Formats: sequence, C-alpha cells, structure tokens
Amino acid sequence: MSITPYPMMFGATLWEKLNSINGFNVVVSNWDYFLEGGLVTLELTVLSITAGMVLGLIIALMKLSRWRLLSSVAVIYIDFFRGTPLLVQIMLFHFGILPLFVDTGPFLSGVIACSLNSAAYVAEIVRAGIQAVDRGQMEAARSLGMNGSQAMRYVILPQAYKIVVPPMINEFVMLLKDTSLVSVIAVSELAHRGKLLYSTTFEPTWVWGAVCVVYYIMTKTISMMGDWVERRLATE
Amino acid sequence: MIEVKGIHKNFGRLEVLKGIDFHVSEREVVCVIGPSGSGKSTLLRCINQLETVQSGRVFIDGVEVTNPKTDINLLRQQVGMVFQLFNLFPHKTTLENITMAPVILKGMPKEQAEEIAIGLLRKVGLPDKDHVYPAQLSGGQKQRVAIARALAMHPKVMLFDEPTSSLDPEMVGEVLAVMKDLAHEGMTMVVVTHEMGFAREVGHRVIFMDEGVIMEEGTPCAIFDNPQNPRTQSFLSKVL
Ligand SMILES: Nc1ncnc2c1ncn2[C@@H]1O[C@H](COP(=O)(O)OP(=O)(O)OP(=O)(O)O)[C@@H](O)[C@H]1O
Ligand SMILES: [Mg+2]
Repeated sequence: MSITPYPMMFGATLWEKLNSINGFNVVVSNWDYFLEGGLVTLELTVLSITAGMVLGLIIALMKLSRWRLLSSVAVIYIDFFRGTPLLVQIMLFHFGILPLFVDTGPFLSGVIACSLNSAAYVAEIVRAGIQAVDRGQMEAARSLGMNGSQAMRYVILPQAYKIVVPPMINEFVMLLKDTSLVSVIAVSELAHRGKLLYSTTFEPTWVWGAVCVVYYIMTKTISMMGDWVERRLATE
Repeated sequence: MIEVKGIHKNFGRLEVLKGIDFHVSEREVVCVIGPSGSGKSTLLRCINQLETVQSGRVFIDGVEVTNPKTDINLLRQQVGMVFQLFNLFPHKTTLENITMAPVILKGMPKEQAEEIAIGLLRKVGLPDKDHVYPAQLSGGQKQRVAIARALAMHPKVMLFDEPTSSLDPEMVGEVLAVMKDLAHEGMTMVVVTHEMGFAREVGHRVIFMDEGVIMEEGTPCAIFDNPQNPRTQSFLSKVL
C-alpha cells in the first residue's frame, strides 16, 4: 500500500466527501440559476436606485422649498414611504394601485415600488447634504445676483454631492438587499429562486447559504467601489 | 446712491434695527462702527435684501429694493458684497470664482470673463493665483479674491461686512490696501469695520450704531476726535 502525500489525500477525500452531500450537488448543478437570479436582483436594484435618485433629488428640493404646498407634499411622501414596510408597499402597488392604471408585470411593479421607496431615503440624504453646505455659500451666490435655482445648481449641489456620496452608497447596498422582498410578487430574482429551489430540494442550509454568498458578493463589490469613489473625491 | 428710510428689522421677538435712516452718495465711503450685536451686519444685509425688513424702505440708485415688484436678483448684480468669512466657492478655482457670475448671469463669453478676471486678480495683487483653489490661499488672499469676485459684476456699490475681522493681523493690511484703492477710484462703499484707522483715513463719513439705532454720525474727525454721544465716547475709549 503506497502512502499518498497528505495534502492530496486531504483534497481527494474532501472532494469525495462534498460530492456525496446532496445539498452541495444541488448548489453546484444550479450555479447558473443563482447567477441569473443575481443578475435580476442587480437589474432591479440599478433601475430602482437610478429612478430613486432622480425622484429623491426632486423631493429633497421640494421639501426645502419655501412653498408650503410643495414642502408638505414632500414631507408626507417621505413619511409614508419610510414609515411603512417595503414589503407592504410592494403588494399595495402590484395588486392595488398599479392595476388601476396600467398592466405592469411583477418585475416592473417591483422596480416602481422599490424606486418610490428608495426616493424617500435618497430625499433625506440629499436634503441633509444640501443643509450641510455652509449657509454663507448660498448668501454669496445670492449676493452676486443668482436666483435660488442658479445658486442651487452651480454652487450648492456641486458641494453637496461629496457629502451625499457615502450615505448614497449605503442606500445602494440596503436597496439591493431589500429587493429580495419583491420575491413576494414572484419576480424571479435571487431570493425567489432560492425559495423555489428550496421547495423542490429541501436543502435549506445549502440553498440559502448559496443565496447569501451571491448577495454578499454583490454588496461587497458595491461598497468596495464606493470606497474607491470616496477616496477619489477626497483627493480631488 | 443708497437711501435707507426708517427700516425696522426683527428676528422673532428680538428687535435688531429700530428705525434706521441714512444716505450714501455716489463715490462716498461710509464706515459703520459699533459694538458687537448692535445690528451692523443686519443693516448691511437689509440693503441687498439678504434680510427682508419689517417696515421702512431702501432705495439703490433710485430703485426701491424693498418693493416686492423689484427684480431683486437683477438689483443684487449691481451691489457687490464682501463677507467676513469670504464665502469663496471651494469647488472652483479663483478664476472660476470670479468668472462664474458674469458668465451665468450676464451670458458673457468665457474668454472675455477670464480676461476681466485676470485683470481683477492683478488689481488685487494676485496675478499668479488664477488656477488655485481657495483652500490653497491664505485668509488675506481669499478675501482679495472675494473682492475681485464681487467687482467682476461691475457693481455700482460695494458692501463690506467686517472684511478683515477673521484675518491674522499681518494680513489685514493687504486687504485694506485693496479697499483703499477701490475707494480712491470712486467706488461707493459701505464698510462695517473694527479698523478705526481705516475708517478715519479712508471713510468720508462714519456712522456709530448701538442697539439697533444710529447714535451718531459725522466726518471721521468729528466722530473720533470729538464724539458728542456718551455711548460713542465709551465705545471709542474701549477700542482706540
Ligand atoms: N438670522 C438671525 N436670527 C436671529 N437673530 C439674529 C440673526 N442674525 C442676527 N441676529 C441677532 O441680531 C442682533 C444683531 O446682529 P448683527 O449680526 O447685525 O450684529 P453686528 O453688529 O453685526 O455684530 P458683530 O460685530 O458681532 O458682527 C444680534 O443680537 C444677533 O444675535
Ligand atoms: Mg456682524
């Protein structure tokens, strides 16, 4: 009997051992299924955060507006979307409000609900960023003769955006995780695929574990990209 | 050039200006002095409507700025303001700080605005600082850029709110020298200041304010050498 070198022996037995585990086989043979789910999640998130940023900026400016009507609408909007669960909002829009106007599929409903929800958080981030810019900046701009929107566009927002970047990246990560809630309306994103695979294989630890790994890779990538952007802004 | 008639200003319950009347002629330099909290900054900010008044009227070059129908943005283009804390735009170079308003507000071509800006930087003694960001400038340099920024709009009037109060002593002179040149060129100026030497030398008239009213006004000689009001006397005895 020949003696196998220790590492090889270890490697061989580990691989053999893993292969004999059903859950491991489920995960390995479905890797493309997870990957596609991750891409759907990413797509949901990117669409929602983009729409959320545009809408959030508008709502932030409305909230800071001197017109009572505009600022009240913004306050109510932010209160509603931050004060109720996203899960419930998704169902409200998909089953309740949206069908009254258009026939959206689950994916579009999910994007709409997540965008509207994210806009409320983005609005608060942007508002805080604008208010963190020194008051003297607005006064200097106005004293030169700029109107409120010119001062905002050329002086305040270019300074606010640096303050806004770190919490915005955080919001991006949070939203990516929160898109898992659209699985409730059967959007075929990562969490929903986990649910399906689990219900046919009954391998909760392996299936949900694999889902976690894919989410983690995505959130880690975003926050690392965010750190890179922050460093670049700091040296600017 | 500036006509202030009976203005009152409250911040909530606090009455900061209690009926102020004064007049500044064309090419005149008026210095406003007085203890902290007397309402000097507020008065200056009421002139260009950074603060709105409760009552009273302000005219600049015959136009009533306190009239809600007046286009206040257009009017502010003709009134330069220099702040205690400079308030330069930190995300822009000095050149961009100066060209921004003429380009945006007057639609001036960028090259023309830059030519003017370079001329102004030379005028305030900073010809080689055009592509530098404000963070890289000393306090005195920042304030000189701020003056250049205000001048780029060709204002009819310049308002200065304690332009040297946040500067280290060795930098005060360079800023006052620029202001002095400006005064000699005939710029109409209202200067809130604690620099009594400047007020005496450059000011045509000195206004002493306390507790929201003008206590005394007159030529620098009259105010500094022969103050009539006991408040003026006690203020000057503390600062001179
Ligand atoms: N935005 C504001 N809200 C409330 N109170 C204010 C505001 N601005 C100024 N005040 C108050 O008005 C009074 C006059 O202030 P102001 O800044 O005009 O004084 P000042 O004469 O310029 O003083 P200093 O020499 O310290 O600059 C002070 O009591 C100040 O606390
Ligand atoms: Mg003041």
